Amino acid sequence: MSVRRLRRRIVSGTMTALVAVLSFVAVLALVLILGYLVAKGASSLDWSFFVRNPVPAGQSGGGVANAIVGTVIIVGLAALIGLPIGIGTGLYLAEYGSGRLGWTVRFVADVLNGTPSIVVGIFAWTWLVKPMGHFSALAGSVALAVLMVPMIARTTEEMVRLVPHSLREAALALGYPRWRTSLRVVARTALAGILTGCLVGVARIAGETAPLLFTALGNLNFSTSILQPMQTLSLQIFTYGTGPFDEWHRLAWAAALVLMGLVLVLALAARWALRSRYGAAR
Amino acid sequence: MTTLPMERAAAPEPRWQVLRGANVGDRLYRGALTVLALTLPLLLVALVSELAINAWPAIRRFGLPFVWTSVWDPVAGVFGAAPMIFGTIASSFLALLLAVPLALGVAIYLSEFAPKWLRQPVSFLVELLAAIPSVVYGLWGIFVLIPFLRTYVVPPLRATLGWTPFLSGVFYGNSLLAGGVILAIMIVPYIAAVSREVLLAVPVSQREAALGMGATRWEAVWTAVVPYGQAGLMGAVILGLGRALGETMAVTMLIGNRHDIGLSVLQPAYTMAAAIANEFSEATTNLYLSALFEVGLILFVITVAVNALARLMIWRVARGTAVGSRAL
Repeated sequence: MSVRRLRRRIVSGTMTALVAVLSFVAVLALVLILGYLVAKGASSLDWSFFVRNPVPAGQSGGGVANAIVGTVIIVGLAALIGLPIGIGTGLYLAEYGSGRLGWTVRFVADVLNGTPSIVVGIFAWTWLVKPMGHFSALAGSVALAVLMVPMIARTTEEMVRLVPHSLREAALALGYPRWRTSLRVVARTALAGILTGCLVGVARIAGETAPLLFTALGNLNFSTSILQPMQTLSLQIFTYGTGPFDEWHRLAWAAALVLMGLVLVLALAARWALRSRYGAAR
Repeated sequence: MTTLPMERAAAPEPRWQVLRGANVGDRLYRGALTVLALTLPLLLVALVSELAINAWPAIRRFGLPFVWTSVWDPVAGVFGAAPMIFGTIASSFLALLLAVPLALGVAIYLSEFAPKWLRQPVSFLVELLAAIPSVVYGLWGIFVLIPFLRTYVVPPLRATLGWTPFLSGVFYGNSLLAGGVILAIMIVPYIAAVSREVLLAVPVSQREAALGMGATRWEAVWTAVVPYGQAGLMGAVILGLGRALGETMAVTMLIGNRHDIGLSVLQPAYTMAAAIANEFSEATTNLYLSALFEVGLILFVITVAVNALARLMIWRVARGTAVGSRAL
């Protein structure tokens, strides 16, 4: 074997090993983050953490019941606003999106997908908080919905496009009008995929903090009124994590673990929903 | 149908009109979907105009020098955004410097070398990094990353490269370095996921041709596969840049939030997103608020430009697919 040949084989082997190590490093980062969350947060998860509200600074104990309920309300409301618009836009792109408007909407969706969430936050502030004169959970939900729509639209479009043409043609040949074909046959076939996109979208916004800073604001007390400021887990983590007290840090880790668990459950559910339907499609 | 019987008799509806979608249900359906689809472009217009209107007082007052002056004095009412623009760009490029080799390595490994059974799980785990909320990254950064940097990274860096201006000054923790590292971890999944899709879109014949001519496996990847997907890979990197530029919470918690321009990565800095997050609710005067809106507008325009560029480059390789928006 010539020296040159040997050198080339060594380079090839080294680079193969290097990219494998790099992949390992990336996975290691995930393990380290999740590991610390469990290590530092799990011990604080007890009954009172889930059912009690925060106590005044300096006292120990207390929980984040208000933040958990707030997260569910704000994210749920955002989904209520964002999902219909997102799914409708996605259906439009898949069914009628070949023209100029389709191209524009698709491009705008992709561009908005990368918009800094903080910018969406101040946008929601000018639209809802400023005219109403006070912060509100509703404004937070609207900001989150704005973040959600482009994402849902694009995944819905892709999932609907995966439906074979023969299905659509069969329905049309049987005399179904297009709208019924689209809703009853095409969208229904793609339902699992659309659902996956929705779950992923909800998971993504559930952890958002920046757009809530000037809209939902946060609230030390238990509140379920969507016209008043409301606490979320993400806001709670920010306040407690950057605060000066050890007790706050402890609660921040626990809240982060709960939030991460919530996001992971949604993400895994999305995976599962897709797998059961499309199997080897991806 | 509400058409009059007389008209009907005059012009019987041909069957093909049904197929072209001319009945009432179809027109309603299409109309409703079009209205929903129009929300996105309208939203974009509303966003831009709202930002521009609110930023207008500051734009008129300070003009273009807003971008390159560095005095930020709310009391005196003088605002210049240079330090945050600098900090935003510096932290993002530091993040790219660390994230690009890592993410490309992951993408190449997953698309070319990894055994079949490992591909799905590993790519899922890497993409899970994108699911971690920004504020959780920030918390982890404060209590895990900064102590780690202080003990294991900064001393050896100082020992070898301490003479350069990039490592001068005392390291307190919150710094450009901490912000850049956390950003790097955060954008790896995006760059890796899109790069992987781009590499998978490269035709197998490219690899076969190179291998057939006697190339080693790595040579085939590096000389035949990567150059073929070059535009798409650049797009992936630029997409990551777009994410890094607009990232808010983790950076706000780690970068130190100081209005200063310095070369040292060990010193605190500021970013546009962090400035808005920190100061928006404290902005007491209209001019102050307006200046923050102008910062938001600049940030928005930059990220839109960067994202549009990235999309166009990715579309050239993987036509019309929504790569990246699915990353999770």
